[in-house]
Amino acid sequence: MDKIRAIEQQQLRDDLPEFGVGDTVKVMYKVVEGTRERVQPFQGIVIRRHGAGNRETFTVRKLSFAVGVERTFPVHSPKIVGLEVVSRGKVRRSKLYYLRDKVGKAARVKELRH
Amino acid sequence: MNAVLWEASHTAAFRVLQTARKKGKEMATAILGRKLGMTQVWSDDDRLIPVTVIEAGPCVVSQVRTDARDGYRAVQLAFGDVKESRANKPMTGHFAKAGTTPKRFVAEVPMGDGEDVKLGQSVTVDGFEAGQSVHITGTSKGKGFAGVMKRHNFRGGPGGHGSHAHREPGSVGQCATPSRVFRGVRMPGHMGGDTVTIRNVQVVRVDAEQNLMLVKGAVPGGKDSLLTIRLA
Repeated sequence: MDKIRAIEQQQLRDDLPEFGVGDTVKVMYKVVEGTRERVQPFQGIVIRRHGAGNRETFTVRKLSFAVGVERTFPVHSPKIVGLEVVSRGKVRRSKLYYLRDKVGKAARVKELRH
Repeated sequence: MNAVLWEASHTAAFRVLQTARKKGKEMATAILGRKLGMTQVWSDDDRLIPVTVIEAGPCVVSQVRTDARDGYRAVQLAFGDVKESRANKPMTGHFAKAGTTPKRFVAEVPMGDGEDVKLGQSVTVDGFEAGQSVHITGTSKGKGFAGVMKRHNFRGGPGGHGSHAHREPGSVGQCATPSRVFRGVRMPGHMGGDTVTIRNVQVVRVDAEQNLMLVKGAVPGGKDSLLTIRLA
């Protein structure tokens, strides 16, 4: 088991900033179109973090032309070129699924004040 | 003690192995290993692929079967240490001939015409490299006495509407002619614990330092089970 852990450990990325559920993040994701490679930003609220180790994923929700769009990324994916925390959110639960049913002003997360 | 002897010389995989040799590929290798478990790794093109981690080798050539003495050519590989106090004298003597300590598992793998293997020679994962295809043989997990739905993928009966035949096999034949059940009709019985070979498994990574081999996908058996890996 330890040898498997070691293999997984090697793949973990520690270059990304810490972020949690409720934070607004901008994910720079590498997209391959045919032979061309480009970086696609995806900005929204993190509504969940799921799993552990090299299997851990997080889901970002945003509104695109009034339509809710959710994208799940593996936290340790080499395709994530960069991740920027735009703002920290103050939330009281680990999964923000309730945001899916809210629109407009209600679909916001309070910003964390220090 | 408890040596497992496998005769692998007449399998289909053997014939494939022979053709591979005739094509002049690198000397065919085989190795014994222990399944450690599964995980995921990122491939070169940034895809997450499922892998099985195998602790392969180091093995020792404990006996060489030759045409002159045995009538066929094969290599007997030994793998896994066993406490010296636990080894019986016949096994200790057998391994002493090869100049090694007693081993836990012993298996025979076929040897090609051009191959030359020496007694006591060690076999490591070094002989394999990422990207190669291998055949992996192991013993599948035992499932006990299983019904036809689990064992033969039968559909079973309706779930409700007055039906009481939920997981039944249904009809097993005709009536007065032939007034018997044909041989080979699929029925409930013991499932699993079979010798299973998965062919053309891709080697994803080889770690010679730790004697680890990562192959794509699943392989037969549970954790800690013995595997024979042969070059496809």
